[in-house]
Amino acid sequence: MSHLLFQLSLAGYLAAAVLYTIFFIKQKKTLHPAARAVFCAAAGLHTVSLVARYVAAAHTPITSIHEIISFFAWSLSCCYLSFRWRYAVKNFGSFAVLLITVLMLTAAAAPQAILPLPPELRTWLLPVHASISIVAYAFLTLAAIGGLMYLIQERQLKQKRFGFFYHRLPSLEALDSLNQHCIGLGFLLMTLGMTIGTVWAFQLGGDRGLGWHSKIISAMITWLLYAGLMHHRFVMGWRGRQAAFLTVSAFAAVLLTLFLLLIKGGI
Amino acid sequence: MGRESLVLLGVNHKKTPLEIREKLALGGYEEPLNRLRSLRGLKEYHLLSTCNRVEVLFVCKEPEQMRAAVLDLLFAGRVSQEQLESCVYIYKDGEAVRHLFTVAASLDSMIVGEAQILGQLKEAYRHASEQKTTGMIINKLLHKAFSAAKRVRTETRIGASAVSISYAAVELGRKIFGDLSGKRAMLVGAGEMAELAAEHLVGQGIADVVVVNRTLERAVNLAARFKGHAAGLDELVEQLAETDILISSTGAAGLVLHKQDVASIMPRRRNRPLFLIDIAVPRDLDPEINTLDNVYLYDIDDLNSVVEMNKEQRDKEAVKAHRIVEEETLKFMRWLDGMEVTPTIVELQAAAESICRAELDKTLPRLNGLGDKERQAVERLASAVAAKLLHRSFQYLRAEHDCVNRQERIAVVRSLFGLNGEECPSADTSV
Repeated sequence: MSHLLFQLSLAGYLAAAVLYTIFFIKQKKTLHPAARAVFCAAAGLHTVSLVARYVAAAHTPITSIHEIISFFAWSLSCCYLSFRWRYAVKNFGSFAVLLITVLMLTAAAAPQAILPLPPELRTWLLPVHASISIVAYAFLTLAAIGGLMYLIQERQLKQKRFGFFYHRLPSLEALDSLNQHCIGLGFLLMTLGMTIGTVWAFQLGGDRGLGWHSKIISAMITWLLYAGLMHHRFVMGWRGRQAAFLTVSAFAAVLLTLFLLLIKGGI
Repeated sequence: MGRESLVLLGVNHKKTPLEIREKLALGGYEEPLNRLRSLRGLKEYHLLSTCNRVEVLFVCKEPEQMRAAVLDLLFAGRVSQEQLESCVYIYKDGEAVRHLFTVAASLDSMIVGEAQILGQLKEAYRHASEQKTTGMIINKLLHKAFSAAKRVRTETRIGASAVSISYAAVELGRKIFGDLSGKRAMLVGAGEMAELAAEHLVGQGIADVVVVNRTLERAVNLAARFKGHAAGLDELVEQLAETDILISSTGAAGLVLHKQDVASIMPRRRNRPLFLIDIAVPRDLDPEINTLDNVYLYDIDDLNSVVEMNKEQRDKEAVKAHRIVEEETLKFMRWLDGMEVTPTIVELQAAAESICRAELDKTLPRLNGLGDKERQAVERLASAVAAKLLHRSFQYLRAEHDCVNRQERIAVVRSLFGLNGEECPSADTSV
């Protein structure tokens, strides 16, 4: 059941990605509502598929590689939809939906069997820690997409060469406020997720503490990088190009953490 | 019967400097429309007054006489006669229609393709029709102007491209700031181009304008126009910390703003983006400023390249737009020409009707034993004969003749049927 729903939502995301790409290239206004409707439908199906998997597995589906990537894609959809009503960031959807679709394809390629949960992971802290962290990473990913778009647009404006992207990308200020919004929320959630994770680790390992895994070290470095970025942005007034550049660079640490998480085969 | 002419006279930004346009601008529509009412020769009239143009459109029989009277009534005492004569243009009939359509389609605007003018024209027409100063011809003409403008907007992309320096500046500003409302602009120097760009920026909702000039008096005057405030040249750097968009156009020989000045204020601005436009020749702003982070410097050539980017496309669209205006003008003129024969046709029909009535009144009482049905048949017969007889002459009036113009044809028909009121001595009117 959940498998079928997953396939359906994947098809929906693929259709939305195609529509968004055509919209991005042709800039036909009539296409946009259709693309958005398809995307919302796909996200809805995806939500139902996660619920179905939760029911089938009897635990929150964020343990296997397939589940983590799928949940990550779902978080991206939700985060994107959460602010697109508040900030109109022109053509941001085209980039976000493309990334979501690539993630869904990756999730589809991973083994989808439902694995029994090892006994030490059977705690309510796991789903809370994992979901909050993944949503945090989703916001940071969106911030990085925005940062990349900022750097492209900034370059066009500085060099006064107005190509394909100049007309299609939003204004610098829109991208900068997107950055502020996503980094702020992402950092807050990441801190929360790490705190819960630490509590859980102490509960699990007793006096062994965190047990410095590579994943945990990488998460710490990521947190420090974003803490620095937050400090520079809000205290020293680093915005615009520097902020966008830092956001994109710090995202490398997010990718590393996610990679380390995935090669271990889950939580 | 003398032919009625459609006349359009006015001043616009192309021929007339701002100082004169300012003096000629009509404060509102009510009062001038009422004043025009005293001119008996005007059958219908309409006024349009915007910051770039003042135009009067009217229908009358003696265009030359009315032109002088209208100018006198509206603009007497505001500028000298010679000044007025040198800047007023006058268009008649087809040309007037074409000009009105061109204006409505925003092809005559300072910023070609801007949409504001259509709204202004509609507003002006609303005043005129509320005051009941328009009639059949101007009503039809304005409605056609609105639909022509709509055709241009939907069938061409003329409204979609950046079409002038100031528009280019606004477009770039939008790419940097997104929404321009709430931003602060600064004018350095008070050149005409800068003024124009500022005007356009203010139209986009810029919150505040600061004018910085060597002579404070000029700055104060210009600032008053934008409801902003003035500052001296020595406050330039200080003011820049609070500014988002700067337009510089001084006549200074050297640089007014150096890289170091801008670099020093960026921390205070907390790196908010700064958009600098240098339209002065020679340049006012150090080109090196563009290397600073979050500062975007554009000089006149850069802006021109933004304009050029859209030029080819725009030219194509303008050709298309002018073709639409031409088509609509032709259609309207055909309608207007048709209008000319209408009174003659109506009079002919009325004359035929009264002859039939008179003859029927004479004959019917003498015919005994006619039922209602038969009486109606006889009445129908009479009007059918009259209609058949007149039909050819209507065709003659309405047809597109190459050899005999319509005026002549109307005259022929009118004298043939005695519609001019003068009775031919030999004619037997009792038939």
